[in-house]
Amino acid sequence: MYLYTYDGTFEGLLTVVFEAYERKAWPTSIVKEELAQPFMFGETITVVADEDKANRVWKGLQKKLSVGALQALYHTYLWEQANLEQIIFDYIKLAFDTSESIEGNYAALCVLQVQQAAKQVHREKHRMEAFVRFEKTADELFYATISPDFNVLPLIIRHFEKRYADQRWAIYDTKRGFGAYYDLTSVLLVNFEHAPSRYRVLPQGVLATDEDKYKQLWQVYFDNVNIPERKNPKLHLRHIPKRYWKYLSEKQPRMLL
Amino acid sequence: MDDRIIEKLSILADAAKYDVSCSSSGGKRKNENKGLGNAEGMGICHSYTEDGRCVSLLKILLTNHCIYDCAYCITRRSNDVKRAGFTVQEVVDLTINFYRRNYIEGLFLSSGIFKNSDYTMERLVRVAKKLRLEHKFNGYIHLKTIPGASEELIKEAGLYADRLSVNIELPSDNSLQQLAPEKSYAQILQPMKDIKNQLVQATEEKKLFKSAPVFAPAGQSTQLIVGASAENDNQILQLSSSLYKDYNLKRVYYSGYVPVSTDSRLSILTETPVIRENRIYQADWLMRFYGFDAKELLDEQHPNLDLDIDPKLSWALRNPHSFPIELNTADYEMILRVPGIGVKSAKKIVSARRFAQLNFDHLKQMGVVLKRAKYFITCQTRSLNRRDYDMQEIRNRILFGDGSVRSALLTQQLDLFKQVS
Ligand code: SF4
Repeated sequence: MYLYTYDGTFEGLLTVVFEAYERKAWPTSIVKEELAQPFMFGETITVVADEDKANRVWKGLQKKLSVGALQALYHTYLWEQANLEQIIFDYIKLAFDTSESIEGNYAALCVLQVQQAAKQVHREKHRMEAFVRFEKTADELFYATISPDFNVLPLIIRHFEKRYADQRWAIYDTKRGFGAYYDLTSVLLVNFEHAPSRYRVLPQGVLATDEDKYKQLWQVYFDNVNIPERKNPKLHLRHIPKRYWKYLSEKQPRMLL
Repeated sequence: MDDRIIEKLSILADAAKYDVSCSSSGGKRKNENKGLGNAEGMGICHSYTEDGRCVSLLKILLTNHCIYDCAYCITRRSNDVKRAGFTVQEVVDLTINFYRRNYIEGLFLSSGIFKNSDYTMERLVRVAKKLRLEHKFNGYIHLKTIPGASEELIKEAGLYADRLSVNIELPSDNSLQQLAPEKSYAQILQPMKDIKNQLVQATEEKKLFKSAPVFAPAGQSTQLIVGASAENDNQILQLSSSLYKDYNLKRVYYSGYVPVSTDSRLSILTETPVIRENRIYQADWLMRFYGFDAKELLDEQHPNLDLDIDPKLSWALRNPHSFPIELNTADYEMILRVPGIGVKSAKKIVSARRFAQLNFDHLKQMGVVLKRAKYFITCQTRSLNRRDYDMQEIRNRILFGDGSVRSALLTQQLDLFKQVS
């Protein structure tokens, strides 16, 4: 029985796969170092993330899997749920051990699980692309905070980079303590973990003077496109579950006219 | 000045909301000029109204002054409502500022007819032109073409807009004459034909010259009002079907009539049940994505869609000779026709059966819902039913079988709405 520990990065996880194949020692369990409990029934193998080894595993996978499947695998990592390591490991092992393509083989549990995890992550990504609301600051930075269920910030950057090529913007994940900042040329990932909290929430007074006006106009718009005769709260909630309301200016108390 | 713009926005958003089209998909405008916005790929719903509709575009009228008097319309000349009008610049500013904050995918601009058709159309075009040329805006723009506007203006509109639409509103010329006397089918179909020809021409030119100008890359759409006049579902679906075929329409939208008018020309003053509108959308969906022909869904003997069950189930029950089908061998097209199996499940089934002979456990694992499908399928010649049922029994079992089925049906058909884009 083998317990593998790794540093929690995707690279680290791929390195675990490499080490397991090297040793032909298949993991009973793979956990992040900081979560590892003393293992009493077998050997604990501590894996140090290694770019080279991770790359070799990834290259091998590229020969076996389509871009879509590779993406799904990465999405499963960003899913951040318990047991994701084992699912990813099983999937990779199945891919390496099977001569034909395993994609679409939903009769295999790990293939189905990866598909389902990727679907959940994809859905959250899509929701963030929809529900992020920027506020304009006095120095023309468009700023938004998110706290998504899964770690989707890395996945939404492309979308906003293409969309807002001509404005500076920043999106900050308050749950995970990092953000993305676009400076009109490229996107930088910024770690806010050690930044004082005042950088995480915009202080009063830094917003542009017309920011409130547009927030209010949006509320007015939202109120007037509704057809009250057809009110359907259940359907409404299915589309925008309550936990997303915090992002939406149209769901905040009405500003005084 | 802010108060004034707030008032305008509330009047002109309110007047535009009965146009149900909200799609922002199908644009091909990429942000290649380092400008603002990107309209390639699928549109996004940035919010949902309390009645559950997608909000993806700033949907407003330029003005609700109108010289026409269409009975079903809240903006009609004889109606006593507050009137307002935006300037071109005001619409541009709203669009840009909403877009920058990620509130919207773009603009859907329509208008009442003030002065005359060309005068109005010219202003709509000016908004789009300004957004594209002065603000390098690559977001989605949908322009309504004003009935009676000249071909040149429509042609120009197509250069800047991603989608053009001409609303038919009433499903027959007869109703149109009664309720919108200033309009006629000929007058509405002509611009549709013009747009279609422009679209065809643009595609041809694109083949020859890569630099040929694009014309309304997301195509054209229209809207039919359901329930303001007496047409049955069969007439409505026949009309849509011919619009898809003869005019290459991307979408036909259906708007269940909401009685906004007490105009005496309208004989029907009750609200169209949402369920009827939903059934028509489902039938439309079946025509576009499930390979159904309008004639299979309805005919003179069955002029209206069954409100209790969805049109696919209804078709299956009328065609017992086509079932049950064996999922391990049936064509994809036939699997699509099984009640309860959607495009995603059908694709999964076809994909998975390349690896293994499928059984019912596989199906459950893949998330295929068998509640209704089980009456119409076998897996390795096995059935989940203990005995054979006739179609009347199946209908009853599905509708009343175990109390919850009915509401499940309702939820499921509302799900369709998510996909309406
Ligand atoms: S022309 Fe259009 S805006 Fe004017 S009354 Fe008729 S439907 Fe309404």
